[in-house]
Amino acid sequence: MREALKQSIVKLDPRKLVRNPVMFTVEIGTAIMFIVCIGILQGDRSEGTFAYNFTVFIVLLLTLLFANFAEAIAEARGKAQANSLRKTREETPAKWINPMGEMYVDELTIVPSSQLKKGDKFLCEAGDIIPTDGEIIEGIATIDESAITGESAPVIRESGGDKSSVTGGTKVLSDRIVVQVTSEPGESFLDKMIALVEGASRQKTPNEIALTILLAGFTLVFIIVTITLKPFADFANTPITIAALISLFVCLIPTTIGGLLSAIGIAGMDRALRANVITKSGKAVETAGDIDVLLLDKTGTITIGNRKATAFYPSNGIDKNHFTKCVVLSSMSDDTPEGKSIIELAGINPSSYKIDNPRFIKFTAETRCSGIDFEQTQIRKGATDAIRRLSEAAGNIFPLDTQEAVKTISSNGGTPLVVSENNQVLGVIELQDIIKPGIQERFERLRKMGIKTVMVTGDNPLTAKFIAEKAGVDDFIAEAKPEDKMNYIKKEQSEGRLVAMMGDGTNDAPALAQADVGVAMNSGTQAAKEAGNMVDLDNDPTKLIEIVEIGKQLLMTRGTLTTFSIANDVAKYFAIIPALFIVAIPALQHLNIMHLHSPESAILSAVIFNAIIIPMLIPLALKGVTYKPIGASALLRRNLLIYGLGGILVPFIGIKAIDLIISLFI
Amino acid sequence: MNTELQGILLMFLLVIALGIPLGRYIGKIFNYEPTFLDKLFNPIDNIFFRFSGIDPRKEMNWKQHLIALLTINLVWFVFAMLALTNMSWLPLNPDGIPSMSADLAFNTSVSFITNTNLQHYSGESGMSYFGQLILMLWQFISAGTGIAICAVLFMAMKEKTSQTLGNFYSFFVRSCTRILFPIALVVAALLVFNGMPMTFEGKDAIQSLQGDSMQVSRGPVAAFVAIKHLGTNGGGFFGANSAHPFENPSYLTNVIEMVTQMLIPIAMIFALGYAINRRKMSWMIFGVMSIGFLLLAVPTVLQEMKGSPEINKLGITQPMGSMEGKEVRFGAAASGYWSIATTVISTGSVNAMHDSFTPLSGMNQMLAMMINSFYGGCGVGMLNFYIFIILAVFISGLMVGRTPELLGKKVEAKEMKIAMIIALLHPLMILAGTAIAASMPAYTASTLSNTGFHGFSQMLYEFTSSSANNGSGFEGLGDNTAFWNISCGIVMLLGRFLPIIGPIAIAGILAGKKYIPESNGTLKTDNSTFGLMVFAVIAIIAALSFFPALTLGPIAEYFTTL
Repeated sequence: MREALKQSIVKLDPRKLVRNPVMFTVEIGTAIMFIVCIGILQGDRSEGTFAYNFTVFIVLLLTLLFANFAEAIAEARGKAQANSLRKTREETPAKWINPMGEMYVDELTIVPSSQLKKGDKFLCEAGDIIPTDGEIIEGIATIDESAITGESAPVIRESGGDKSSVTGGTKVLSDRIVVQVTSEPGESFLDKMIALVEGASRQKTPNEIALTILLAGFTLVFIIVTITLKPFADFANTPITIAALISLFVCLIPTTIGGLLSAIGIAGMDRALRANVITKSGKAVETAGDIDVLLLDKTGTITIGNRKATAFYPSNGIDKNHFTKCVVLSSMSDDTPEGKSIIELAGINPSSYKIDNPRFIKFTAETRCSGIDFEQTQIRKGATDAIRRLSEAAGNIFPLDTQEAVKTISSNGGTPLVVSENNQVLGVIELQDIIKPGIQERFERLRKMGIKTVMVTGDNPLTAKFIAEKAGVDDFIAEAKPEDKMNYIKKEQSEGRLVAMMGDGTNDAPALAQADVGVAMNSGTQAAKEAGNMVDLDNDPTKLIEIVEIGKQLLMTRGTLTTFSIANDVAKYFAIIPALFIVAIPALQHLNIMHLHSPESAILSAVIFNAIIIPMLIPLALKGVTYKPIGASALLRRNLLIYGLGGILVPFIGIKAIDLIISLFI
Repeated sequence: MNTELQGILLMFLLVIALGIPLGRYIGKIFNYEPTFLDKLFNPIDNIFFRFSGIDPRKEMNWKQHLIALLTINLVWFVFAMLALTNMSWLPLNPDGIPSMSADLAFNTSVSFITNTNLQHYSGESGMSYFGQLILMLWQFISAGTGIAICAVLFMAMKEKTSQTLGNFYSFFVRSCTRILFPIALVVAALLVFNGMPMTFEGKDAIQSLQGDSMQVSRGPVAAFVAIKHLGTNGGGFFGANSAHPFENPSYLTNVIEMVTQMLIPIAMIFALGYAINRRKMSWMIFGVMSIGFLLLAVPTVLQEMKGSPEINKLGITQPMGSMEGKEVRFGAAASGYWSIATTVISTGSVNAMHDSFTPLSGMNQMLAMMINSFYGGCGVGMLNFYIFIILAVFISGLMVGRTPELLGKKVEAKEMKIAMIIALLHPLMILAGTAIAASMPAYTASTLSNTGFHGFSQMLYEFTSSSANNGSGFEGLGDNTAFWNISCGIVMLLGRFLPIIGPIAIAGILAGKKYIPESNGTLKTDNSTFGLMVFAVIAIIAALSFFPALTLGPIAEYFTTL
């Protein structure tokens, strides 16, 4: 907070302020008022009392400071957030692998993490904190990433695959890895993001530029209005003081949005960071608000990780308990999540059957079944055609009702697992993808926002279709290969839509680069992270939905505050215009519909209102206007009502209230 | 309802009833769909094209369109200048009218090429029949130019990505031969049958009952008046314009002239919907424009019917309303209605003296021109409105959380820059022009017939009328001086061509952009919510720009007479 206060004064520097045309003209006005004040002290009698002019000067100065403060506090918040992330990776000792050691090649030297350069290799063993971002080039390890993601379950990272990235500040729990540094010190994504927030490398986004043009245009209109008012007033023999003209000008130009504009942009990036997403540019957040198509991986986003057993269907004439027993025994040594879910569904501990000398048959790609042999019993569990072959080879018939059950399961998007005992089919287990609770509502919300969701899956089209329908996505890509994603994105883009996707693997990199918003998972490969324009520290695929909302909020906040700012002018006119002319043209008292106390109090109330509305709206600028997916027209009506009509009414009340207070003093 | 108001309602409903089918017809013409007049006009058009060596099928991009527009306007401007400065020895001058001075010829030529028809001369004494015919030609050309460039806008708003937008010469010829000429012919015939002169003979002499001899001016009036209104030109054959008994003999001709001047601006709204296949968009625009028009017209009519407060104060009843400067054959209501119609649409013809209206009616007339896009001039009204659509789309697009887009095209910084410059231009020219006039009493003080607030209004009105290419005047102003001729001439030129270049540039750039299909999140630009937004943007920009100036003019005048 203290830093923000200091920054608000530093930012008064005209060279910095010139980037913001609206506030820059306020600064010029403030400077002119300062000269007027000095003139009065030198004995000028034509401009009114010193106290009045000086108050106007102070209020204008406050307007500037408030606007700077808004920007400074947004920067401070973003920086604090980024710093807390950065803290985790400060000065950690690194086991640097020195290719030209003093004694021998690849000697280990302990150096501070800040000395590691791009391309250096270092070693991490169980218990070490990883000193900086890098890519595993050798080994596999379990890593605790809770410092970054807040997720306590350890994750596995290994060289070669798509999960080869490690983040500085995370902790190796087991095993040992050799990591190659992927960025120069001070150039990691987090460093880039901090620089972006700090303003040094912050560039205006295209939409911000367009809005600045609009605001600059309005400012020019009011420059014309105020300058021409002087000869008009002289013609009508109603002299106007400089203070009144400058006050009129400052009140009319859109200072509210002008003062808050950069704060809104920074706050957008900051909100992304709070959602644990590092954005590489402000533009990416803005684009996210425009997304038309979302590509989502099925696993992890739409369904919970893996399939689960949901039902047992024993064949006709098979005892249910016996079937359950065989099912449980067949899954006894099955460590896959599916196998575990079968035992879970049965609710029986396999060891309770007390089998002696069991012999476990492992699953192979050839047999496509697994099982258990004990005493004279052989239990097998596997794909339908594999078990059918076994039983038919033994001369048994595949029961009709089981055949029916298999068909039903498949067409419902499930996977059937057939169980046999001594090559006699016993029944079938249904495995289903479990759709994440609440995901349908989220897709419904996206649909209302006008966003098409596309599920990407390796499943066959039939299963994919079923899950797509059940989850409520609009389209799916089944049996997807990496290039399918790419082609889909290109197709949508050629039709003019903006596409967002999330990916992690190296083979996702081209698609991530092609997508308008590409979010790479932090666990993904370096190539993927370079290709995307955002990095999600949580590796959470549903994050895309949040990012879209953050983008929309950002644009909406700009739009609504612009509307509010301009709507305010109506009341300000009714305060200032009568005040300007009332002395010379008493009949204009009729325009003083707020019945303000005196011309001076009217002008002061208007400029004071104009100044204090900025800090009052800072919380809204930082928090963002709430997005409601109720359709564009309804949303426009709602925002017009709140910020348009509200923007007209609020200043009438505010200016009147301030005038009542001022009239106590003069 | 009294008959005066019934007459107004009739005029309003009649123009809508005629405007909708005409709009459909205009839409067909620019989509090159067959119409029943093709057999007649195709050969005529072909003669023009063969004669001039123009290939009407050659597609042009937006820059080529603008170059074509400026070129033909420049050529005809030089021609008009030469004709007006040499009238005295040219044929068709039975009354021996002298040639114009250079500054008045400049002002008059500019005034007619820009569709303004601000007249710093009086037709009876300042213009030969040859000059009148040149001006009449201009009334066709400037209206045709407006319609043709508006057709380019329609082409640009279609649902596709395209660099080229049809052929300007073809649009221009089609506008003149298939729209303006046939309708003008019908209107002129109607006017002749209702007693309007149509002759090349010189002044007639009559003897009054008292025995005085009088010289009565006449000429090819009916033809002139038809295109003057149809093309929203407004330049009168006689100095008194449509208040003159030969230029507007009866209530019936008043109705005809009224309907004629509103016809094409209203038809263009519906032509847009037909041409780009978005009828709802037309109704949105029509709704916004009509509400704006009625908000100005209704109070004006009521105020004029109530009479002047000054006269009321004297204890004199005014059963006919405020009749100063009005014609008895039209009455206060129809004159009040006309004064708003002629200023909302950039016709600028008058059937009563605007200078004499009650202060707030005068303000409404000025507001109508300051806004300049409720219906607006022939074709160009739509271009002005398009700028406000762009601004409204930008702000409301942000408010629904998307970067703004209009009809599937993204509105970005470049378009905003152009839109803002054009939106800025109108207040700049009106306010800066008036400020210069107000601060140079050496040139202006002697030309004002009033001092104080009303004198200020006279100056403000003159620049507003010039910048809006309207052409009506607060006729108390003695405007035939070098100062007014040149300053208004420059304002008219800028006020005509920049607001044509700007919107066409925006539309042309947008047309070349990738088309984005609509989704649930896309802001609909053809419903009442968006209409409200456009209306708010127009009202707020006008109010914010002109409120202080109006306060020192009509508003102060109004309150001081209370």
